[in-house]
Amino acid sequence: MTKQGLYESQKLGLWYMVAGLILFGAQNLFGLLIAYQYINPDFLFGLLDFNIGRILHINAMVVWLLLGFIGAIYWFLPIETGRETVGIKLGKLAFFVLVAAVTVVVLVYLFIQIGPGNQISLWFINEGREYIEAPRWADIGIVVVVLIFLYNVIATVIASKRLTGIMGVLIVDLVALAGLYLAGMFYTVNISVDQYFWWWVIHLWVEATWEVLIGCIMALSLMYVLKTPRKIVEGWLYLEVFLVFGTGILGLGHHYFWIGTPEYWLGIGGFFSALEPLPLVAMIIHAIYDAGAHKLRTVNRPALFWIFAQAFGNFFGAGVWGFMQTLPQINMYSHGTQLAASHGHMAFFGAYVATNIAVAYIMVQKLRDPEEKYVFDSKLWKWAYVLMIIGIVGMVGALMVAGFAQTEIERAVGGSGWQAYIDAQLHPWMAEAMWWRLGFGFIFFIGYILLIIDLLTIGKNKEELEVLPEAEVSHA
Amino acid sequence: MEFGWLEITVAAIVISLILGVIFTRGSSWIEPRFWKNIAIVTSLVMVVFLLILTFDTLASIKMGNGRVPEATVINKKISYVYDEQKRWYVPKVSGEEPLFGKIWSEEEALALINKGKMTIQSKACMDCHTLLGNGGYYAPDLTKAWLDPKWNLLIKDMVGANSKEEAMAKWIQHPDQYPTFQRKMPDLGITDEEAKAIVAYLKWMSAIDTNGFPDNFKADEQ
Ligand code: HEC
Ligand code: HEM
Ligand code: HEM
Ligand SMILES: [Fe+2]
Repeated sequence: MTKQGLYESQKLGLWYMVAGLILFGAQNLFGLLIAYQYINPDFLFGLLDFNIGRILHINAMVVWLLLGFIGAIYWFLPIETGRETVGIKLGKLAFFVLVAAVTVVVLVYLFIQIGPGNQISLWFINEGREYIEAPRWADIGIVVVVLIFLYNVIATVIASKRLTGIMGVLIVDLVALAGLYLAGMFYTVNISVDQYFWWWVIHLWVEATWEVLIGCIMALSLMYVLKTPRKIVEGWLYLEVFLVFGTGILGLGHHYFWIGTPEYWLGIGGFFSALEPLPLVAMIIHAIYDAGAHKLRTVNRPALFWIFAQAFGNFFGAGVWGFMQTLPQINMYSHGTQLAASHGHMAFFGAYVATNIAVAYIMVQKLRDPEEKYVFDSKLWKWAYVLMIIGIVGMVGALMVAGFAQTEIERAVGGSGWQAYIDAQLHPWMAEAMWWRLGFGFIFFIGYILLIIDLLTIGKNKEELEVLPEAEVSHA
Repeated sequence: MEFGWLEITVAAIVISLILGVIFTRGSSWIEPRFWKNIAIVTSLVMVVFLLILTFDTLASIKMGNGRVPEATVINKKISYVYDEQKRWYVPKVSGEEPLFGKIWSEEEALALINKGKMTIQSKACMDCHTLLGNGGYYAPDLTKAWLDPKWNLLIKDMVGANSKEEAMAKWIQHPDQYPTFQRKMPDLGITDEEAKAIVAYLKWMSAIDTNGFPDNFKADEQ
C-alpha cells in the first residue's frame, strides 16, 4: 500500500478513471461540433465532415465508459478480496498500450479519416460500423487488453481464496462482455448478417452485460456510501441479473424487425424488450430502499446523489424512452429517427455516465480523506450535477420533439424517401430542435467543466467539511 | 422454422419456470440463493433459445435463400409492392434489367457488391446515413435508395446521364456539385469503379425483404 493507504490496484484504477474523464471531455467537444454542423453544414465541410466527428463522439464514449468501468473494478477489487491485485505490472502495461492505441486510432480518424474500398482500409483506417469503427488491428489490441484485465480479476479472486457473490456475477459477466466483442470482428458482404451480429455487440452490451456490470459496481458503491449489508446487496444483484438477462437476451429481437431477419422476431423482440424496464424498476426500488433505510446518512454526498441520478436516469432513459419505441407497430415508423438519438443520450448518460461519476467521487474521497473522518461534500458539485442534468434532459427533450416530427413527416406520411427526409428536416419542429439541442449541449459542457474542477478541488479544504459522527466512523 | 413467435415465447418462459422450480427447491424466496439459481437457470435458457434462433435466422438470411437476394439480383428489375396478405410492402423481383448496360455473371456480381460493401464501410457512410434504418441521422435512409424516384425525376438531367444507374454513380462521386439540400454530402474521393460498386450494392440491398420497412415508400415506377 502507498502512503494514502491505497493499494496499487486502486492507483491503477484511478489512472483509468482519469484517462476516461479526459476522453469524456473530447466526446463532448465532438458532440458540440457535430451538433453545430446540423445548424451550419458548411462548417469544416470537406475538412472534418459530420461522419468523422460523429465517429469520434461515439467512440470516445464507448472507450471512456469502458475505461471508467475497468477503473472502478481495479478500485474495488482489493476491497472485495482483501488483497493486492495479482499481475498489477501487467495491468499497468496494458493501460499504456491502451492509451497509445487509442491515441493512434484518434490521429488516424482525424488526419486520414477514410480510405479506398478495400480490406486494408478496414484493417488500418476505419471499419465503418457504428460504435465499433475502430480498425481491425485496434480490435485485436482491445481484446488483448481486456484479456489481461480479466486475468487480473480472476487470478486475484483465486489468490484471495474467497469468492463473494458480487465477484462471481462480475467474472461471469466480464467473460460474456469480452466474448461478445468478438461477434463484431468480422467482415461479410451480407448486410443482414453484418447487422445481426453487430447488434450482439451493441445491444447485448448495453442492455445485458453492461447493465449487469453496473449492477455490480453499484452494489459495491452502495456498500461503501451507505454501508448497506452484503446480504441485501447480493440478493438484489441476483434479482437484477435474472431480470436483465431474462428480458434483455431475447429483447435483442427489437433490432431484428427490419434488417431482413424472419418475421418471428417482430413478436419475440416486441414481447421481451417490452419487459426490459422491469430490472430498472427493481434498481430504483433498491437504491431508494437502501437510502431510506439509512435516512440518507452517507459518507459521500456527491457519490450518493450521482447514484440516485443513475437509478432514475437508467429507468427513464433506457426503460421509458426505450419502451416508447420498442413495439414493432411503433418502431416501423420511429426506426432510425432522432427518437433513437433522444433515447440513446438519456440512456447512456443515466445508466453509465452517472455510474462512472459516482465512482470517481468515491475514489477522490479516499485520496483527500484517507481516514474517512469527514462527510465528503462541496458547493460546486451541486452546480455540476444540476447543469449536467438540465443539459442532458434539454437535449433529450429537443431530440424527442424532432423525433416525433420526423416519425410523422418523413416516415409515416412521406414514406422515407430522399425528398421526404429533406422535408422533415426543414420542418420547424426539427430545424428549431437542432438549436435547442446545441444550446443545452453547451449547458451540459459547462456542467462537465465544473465537474472536473470539483473533482480536482473537493475535500481539499477540510474546514468546509462536516466531521463524520463517531458511530459512522467505526463502520468504515 | 415451423413455430411462430408466440410458441417460442411461451416455450422460453415455461421452460425457465419449470427449471426454476426444480433448481430452487428447498430455499425460500427471501434468500439470495433462490434468486441466484433463478438467475442462472433463466439466463441459460435464454442463451440456448438465442442460439437456436440464430441458427434458424442465419439459414434464412443466407444470400439466395429468399429473404436476402443473391448477388445476381442486380441483373433484375426490382420493385416494392403492397402485399394484401401481409399488409405491408415487399420487394418484387421480375424480368431482366441489365446494370450499367450488362448482365453480370455470378462471380462478377458478387465481386461487385463486395466492393460496394467495402467502400460503404471504409468511407463510413453509415455515420451520416442509415442503412436498413441503422446508422447516423444526418442524411436520408438508403434502404430503398435504388428505388427513389428522385434519380429519374431530377438527378438524371442534373448530372447529364442516360440511365438511372449512371446518374447515381455520377452523383455519388460529386454530390457537393449537385446539391439538393443545404446540407450537402461531401466528395469522398470515390473512384469510377467504387461508384459502380456502390450503386450495385444499393440495388441489391433494395431487394432485401425488410418486413415492410420503410412503410409507404413511394417507389419509382419506371
Ligand atoms: C458527411 C455526411 C455524409 C456521408 C459520409 C455520406 N453521405 Fe450520402 N448524403 C449526405 C447528405 C447530406 C445527402 C443529401 C444531399 C442532397 O440532398 O444534396 C446525401 C445523399 C445521399 C444519397 C441520395 C439519397 C437517397 O435517398 O437516395 C445517396 C445514395 C448517398 N448519399 C449515398 C452515400 C454513400 C454510398 C456514402 C458512402 C460512400 C455516403 N452517402 C456518405 C451525407 C453524407
Ligand atoms: C442502458 C441501457 C440502454 C442504452 C445505453 C441504450 C442505447 C441505445 C442506443 C444508443 C440506440 C441507438 C442505436 C443506433 O445507433 O442505431 C438504441 C436503440 C434502441 N433502444 Fe436502447 N438503450 C438501452 C436500453 C433500452 C431498453 C431497456 C429498451 C426497451 C425497452 C430499448 C429500446 C431500444 C430500441 C427499440 C431501439 C431502436 C431504435 C430504432 O429503431 O432506431 N433500449 N438504444
Ligand atoms: C455535449 C453534449 C452533446 C452533444 C451536443 C451531442 C450531440 C450529438 C450528435 C449531434 C449526435 C449525432 C446524432 C445523429 O446521427 O444525428 C450524437 C450522437 C450520439 N451521442 Fe451525443 N452529444 C452530446 C453528449 C453526449 C453524451 C454525454 C452521451 C452519452 C454518454 C452521448 C451519446 C451519444 C450517442 C450514443 C450517439 C449515437 C446515437 C444514435 O445513433 O442513436 N452524447 N450526439
Ligand atoms: Fe436494444
